[in-house]
Amino acid sequence: MFEVIIVIGVLLLLFILYTLFRIGSLVNVVKGTDKKVVSMSNRVNGALMMIVMIAGLGFMFWYSWVYFDKYTLPVASIHGELTDKLFWVTTAITGVVFVITNILLFWFGYKYQHKEGHRATFYPDNVKLELMWTIVPSIVLVVLGYYGLQAWHDITGKASDDAEVIEVMGYQFAWAVRYPGIKDNQLGDYNYKLIDDKNGNLFGIDVTDENSYDDFTPLEMHLPVNKEVLLIIRARDVLHSVFMPHQRVKMDAVPGMPTHFKFTATKTTQELRDEIGNPDFDYFITCAEICGRAHFSMKLKVVVDTQEDYDKWKSEQQPWLKLNPDYLKDIPAEKRELAKIKAGIEDTELDASL
Amino acid sequence: MATADIHITEETHHDGHEHDHDHGSNFWTTYIFSTDHKMIAKQFLITGIFWALLGGTLSVIFRLQLGFPEAELGWLRPFLGDWITSQGKIDPEFYLALVTMHGTIMVFFVLTAGLSGTFSNFLIPLQIGARDMASGFMNMLSYWFFFVSSIIMLTSLFIETGPASGGWVIYPPLSALPQAISGSGLGMTMWLVSMALFIISTLLGGINYITTIINLRTKGMSFSKLPLTIWGFFFTAIVGLLSFPVLFSAVLLLIFDRSFGTSFYLSDIYINGEALPNQGGSPILFQHLFWFLGHPEVYIVILPAFGITSEIISTNSRKPIFGYKAMVGSLLFISLLSFVVWAHHMFVTGMNPFLGSVFMILTLIIAVPSAVKVFNYLTTLWKGNIRFTPAMLFSMGLVSFFISGGITGIFLGSAAIDIQLHDTYFVVAHFHLVMGSASFFGMVAGVYHWYPKMFGRMMDAKLGYIHFWLSFIGIYLVFFPMHYIGIAGYPRRYYSFTNFDALNSFTDLNMLVSIAAILTLSAQFIFIFNFFHSMWRGRRAPANPWESNTLEWTTPINPGHGNWPGEIPTVYRWPYDYSKPGAEKDFIPQHIPFSETLESNFEQENELIKLEGTDSKAIVIDGK
Repeated sequence: MFEVIIVIGVLLLLFILYTLFRIGSLVNVVKGTDKKVVSMSNRVNGALMMIVMIAGLGFMFWYSWVYFDKYTLPVASIHGELTDKLFWVTTAITGVVFVITNILLFWFGYKYQHKEGHRATFYPDNVKLELMWTIVPSIVLVVLGYYGLQAWHDITGKASDDAEVIEVMGYQFAWAVRYPGIKDNQLGDYNYKLIDDKNGNLFGIDVTDENSYDDFTPLEMHLPVNKEVLLIIRARDVLHSVFMPHQRVKMDAVPGMPTHFKFTATKTTQELRDEIGNPDFDYFITCAEICGRAHFSMKLKVVVDTQEDYDKWKSEQQPWLKLNPDYLKDIPAEKRELAKIKAGIEDTELDASL
Repeated sequence: MATADIHITEETHHDGHEHDHDHGSNFWTTYIFSTDHKMIAKQFLITGIFWALLGGTLSVIFRLQLGFPEAELGWLRPFLGDWITSQGKIDPEFYLALVTMHGTIMVFFVLTAGLSGTFSNFLIPLQIGARDMASGFMNMLSYWFFFVSSIIMLTSLFIETGPASGGWVIYPPLSALPQAISGSGLGMTMWLVSMALFIISTLLGGINYITTIINLRTKGMSFSKLPLTIWGFFFTAIVGLLSFPVLFSAVLLLIFDRSFGTSFYLSDIYINGEALPNQGGSPILFQHLFWFLGHPEVYIVILPAFGITSEIISTNSRKPIFGYKAMVGSLLFISLLSFVVWAHHMFVTGMNPFLGSVFMILTLIIAVPSAVKVFNYLTTLWKGNIRFTPAMLFSMGLVSFFISGGITGIFLGSAAIDIQLHDTYFVVAHFHLVMGSASFFGMVAGVYHWYPKMFGRMMDAKLGYIHFWLSFIGIYLVFFPMHYIGIAGYPRRYYSFTNFDALNSFTDLNMLVSIAAILTLSAQFIFIFNFFHSMWRGRRAPANPWESNTLEWTTPINPGHGNWPGEIPTVYRWPYDYSKPGAEKDFIPQHIPFSETLESNFEQENELIKLEGTDSKAIVIDGK
């Protein structure tokens, strides 16, 4: 019943609107205004140009000013400070252009609206003017491009040799991280054909490579503050993209082609919690490349520690091999002893598993 | 030589015209399998309007999810069936399907086929003074390939596994593996087949546009006298002709990967508990191929809109377009650059950073011709005598959108800044303003402006004004807030933000965007009503309702097959002689010889009078 009333109401409203429209057009025919090239509407539109422009710009400045802290994320990495600076410099320069050109557009619309008996100025070209507005933007862009290139060069440059290497792998629909381990500080080899979710080998870790024995795969990512970190990024099913909004880090994870991103975090989790006054805050990695059904929920907690806390946390982690001792039997016999030592596996545990 | 050719074409076409009438053209040859460019244009337009409404509706459905994540949407079940979950929510995979189909439909079916298909077809012969397209048959084929492609794409919306849902860019491996998302099953196959047919349609159309513009211009219509609309269509067709085949190859290789076990794009994949045998392929290869079309595509979408608005702004400002040569030059420059900037979509794909630097520089250069266009539009308005027809309002709206959206391109084109902004709502805001809304406005402006020529009647101006203001304000309310959401780091194509504490503070803004989107879509129904109502009940159009200079207004009010009943008018002057000092009226159409406008001629134009009366061949040569 309720639906029927709504339908009738809508039909009635449409009918009334249509009748108003018909009356309007008939009145125009009677008055003869429909034959005029320019009617009263021209003035109304001209006035609306100014009103809408002023209201629009007003809203923009109001929101940009009042809600500044809401839409800007705190920055927590060295290169992030640089790209943020570039962003705001670009905003300032282009913002001026944006405001001026939009004002001119609507103001010209208002000011030069049709006037009876008036004639437009025949003004087909002006080479000097055109050269000016070709050259000036070019110069501005060269400057922006120069600083942009420098930043890009620094960000994508080679990581330092003592950078903390961490592997992060995207899969539907989560992130997994792997650390090279304390004993050798080298990530072990992997092969996608060795991936076996049921038996805990998410990464396809190749246990014939001795570097893998002390690798550990925690459930959250920890980073040291003020130390360069090199993320080795890969995916094992479809494209994903590592996005750490606060660290201004983004790099796609591509199956079959490892990518990397180096950065230095500048604020520990605790420092940022204090800064924004939110004791529950945590950094995170999220996915920025469409990857399927649960794309929106690919989240990994990231903890930025002081160097001491970080080292302590690392030393507490159990190597992957120790947590998955079944894989010991895949290790060539001559390397098993080494594996046991590197993974910290006691003989008693070994007996139990073999 | 050229003159002789044109003459022969005229004769044959004229004969064909008579022939049609003698035997009576039936419904099928007039309205369905028509080879008349004007009818084909209308077919493209009506199909485009249908697609625009569908694409807009899809966007409103996913905006409901984003703006009102808590809302109970069970009432949509009669339309969407099981895509609404038992909790009354949109299924997350269907959300992705909506996003994907919205993008595909809007970019290809509305703003490529609907825009170029309509206006290139309609205006090229009318504005250059030709009887029809170079090949009417190919033109008809172009529409029917598009039609079949549309049917397939539309059908894919109704299949059980759902339409393609890997984003409109269909990046593999997601689009290649049905295990990864259900839309990559039959839906993706249909997407690929549909796009392959679509590309054939575009190429058939494009070849026709280019040939017609080069070969069938009337006497005196040299390239330097072409209206900017034609320049826009010309460059668009060339860009399309060179870039669409690359998408075709990308699509073909993806079909191979999906159906025939090749590994062009696939490597090292473990999914659903099994490792796939594919090795050695590269998903990045697909991105290169895709964006080699994908980037020119955004210019394919915007260049015709530029052409249309240049014409409309000049006509309604009653002023010549400022810097005609610079306008053509910037169109050309943009077209050229459009081929060498594609990888700015890929800064963070792991592509070599040096390549990133090169593409960054090339991308920033595009801002220069774009800025020139904006400044030239502004100067055209300056000291004009502006008539706000609905077409004029929409054209000015285009300029505003192009400024607002173009400026953010400088951020995204700068690789270092793009790291943070890539794939966030900032990008969504950017391209929806600069190419989506801007070219949509160009298209609507074109409909309002050339409606009298298409249907012989006028659209209602007041409804047009309401349509404009609601759309203009609505679109800004939809896309401007997205900049803030993007700066705050919100990634696009997210079904919901509830999982992210730090990213969960824009419920108010998202709600505003959704409400504005619904209003904007509703406003389009005013246009739909106006469009169809005016077809039968609109005021009869005068011959030249906007007092415009171009040739199409010299045809009868309802031009028949062949456009001009008699001889095609000869062209003597450029199309922008508005408000010429000394002239009696504030416009002098292109077919008026200088000998008739002695009072307003410039010195060099008086020189040209000598050539007018004599051998017309001389004028053709002069033009070349």
